[in-house]
Amino acid sequence: MNAITLNNITKTYNKKTVLAVDDVSFSVAKGEIFGLIGPDGAGKSTIFRMLTTLLLPDSGTATVGGLDVIKDFKSIRGIVGYMHGRFSLYQDLTVEENLTFFATVFNTSIEENYDLIKDIYVQIEPFKNRRAGKLSGGMKQKLALCCALIHKPQVLFLDEPTTGVDVVSRKEFWDMLKRLKAQGITILVSTSYMDEATLCDRIGLILEGKILSIASPDDTIKAYPEQLYAVKADSIYHLLLDLREYKGTINCYTFGEYLHLSITSNEEEVRKYLQDKGHTHIEIKKITPTVEDCFIRLLKEQHERNGNKNEQAN
Amino acid sequence: MSETVIKTNKLTKRFDDFVAVDEITFEVHKGEIFGFLGANGAGKTTAMRMLCGLSIPTSGEATVAGFDLFKEPEEIKKNIGYMSQKFSLYEDLTVKENIEFYGGIYGLTNKEIKSKSEELIDKLGLHNEANKLVSSLPLGWKQKLSFSVAVVHTPKIVFLDEPTGGVDPSMRRQFWDLIYNAADRGITIFVTTHYLDEAEYCNRVSIMVDGKIEALDSPAALRKTYEAKTIDEVFYKLARKAKRSE
Repeated sequence: MNAITLNNITKTYNKKTVLAVDDVSFSVAKGEIFGLIGPDGAGKSTIFRMLTTLLLPDSGTATVGGLDVIKDFKSIRGIVGYMHGRFSLYQDLTVEENLTFFATVFNTSIEENYDLIKDIYVQIEPFKNRRAGKLSGGMKQKLALCCALIHKPQVLFLDEPTTGVDVVSRKEFWDMLKRLKAQGITILVSTSYMDEATLCDRIGLILEGKILSIASPDDTIKAYPEQLYAVKADSIYHLLLDLREYKGTINCYTFGEYLHLSITSNEEEVRKYLQDKGHTHIEIKKITPTVEDCFIRLLKEQHERNGNKNEQAN
Repeated sequence: MSETVIKTNKLTKRFDDFVAVDEITFEVHKGEIFGFLGANGAGKTTAMRMLCGLSIPTSGEATVAGFDLFKEPEEIKKNIGYMSQKFSLYEDLTVKENIEFYGGIYGLTNKEIKSKSEELIDKLGLHNEANKLVSSLPLGWKQKLSFSVAVVHTPKIVFLDEPTGGVDPSMRRQFWDLIYNAADRGITIFVTTHYLDEAEYCNRVSIMVDGKIEALDSPAALRKTYEAKTIDEVFYKLARKAKRSE
């Protein structure tokens, strides 16, 4: 059974002038970690709010745990946990008070479901009398996750849980998600960190309210159509400017210490072009794309389509 | 060696018995892109606030843009730019008004402001948006505009506090094009980020752990020293040893 389904869900704001979610359909299997990957404003949060019954879709249908998001909204609220990276705690309540509050709202107690949160809670327990507003980013995030889990939800919605959190806390957080998955909890998570995408079972890349692709991270990468190269030379900025000028370039952008390059010509021609431009210590090598490369490619295609549309409109 | 624009010697900040920044000593050169990394709570923001003349150090020495941090903080403020993700632009002013406002704050003449705002709007391709409220702009554009107003007075150094959070990978790269371009014009870039691939774009990076600078070198040298494939790994090796978190 699917834990989450969306069928042709559309949502607009401001008297239908802003299209936030555009005819989106996908489903998430029970026990799956599904990642919605996309930038701010892509429509991720709107999807989360519709699935957690906080917003009504304009059209389309959706279910969570087999329940309809409109008809059965009350029952859904009892079986989902929702955590938002930027807000979900009461800043002026202590750690323990926050947790007790969320447990009480859901008619349960900290003791009843302590097993589920134990691994996470022990890390913040030394600060249980501290106000949530005074916690660090990483600790706030752990508390928010505990609060979202305290009623033992079937489906967990995590909206950008790791935004602004450092890499150590982010790694710990994803380890926690894997343990929750092992206990059969379904997780829909959104992020703008592309490296986190590989930790999901499947990912949906989303932009401007539309899902551009849905697949496992491996299949997303396999679908990349061209050979990708990593290139570097002494002056990386001038290398970038020159490669963008090069007539055989499909796309070129910075990627860590290298530039990533896709071309219509071949490696030797690129090398010769760069030598003629006076570059030194040129290194060109074939590489396997990452999810981030796939996303950049989809963005480019999207912009080109939009560009064509605008031209036709003119 | 080229001109030094930031120089600190055992710079320290204490809050009661808590040592937020613990005797940091380093130099940043003119036109350099310097990545200032550290886990949440390592002391980055406190250090940055001191260097901007916003927070008085407890002890140590420092010069920024050629001025003494203790004696001439007001001069420093005139010679630097600052941008943070959380606060930079006035949402209820238009694009043009924001540029004019910051131009005024940074002491440009009316004539300079006029030519600068035309130049910026041109460069960023914001002709259709010039008279719209900043609140209506997508986040990526806000960030680019925010950076552009932070360097509107061609400061010696610009401090960027997590400038690229939450935007798509392509937008982040457009932002870095602006950074490269400014560095190419001789503006020193001092930047913090949680995207560690961006650390690779820096000429040198420092990594703070528990208030101290634990490592400082070019990304390539750091990878070699710590036998790591990426800066991400270097960071992880250092930062997980941290005892405190904010």
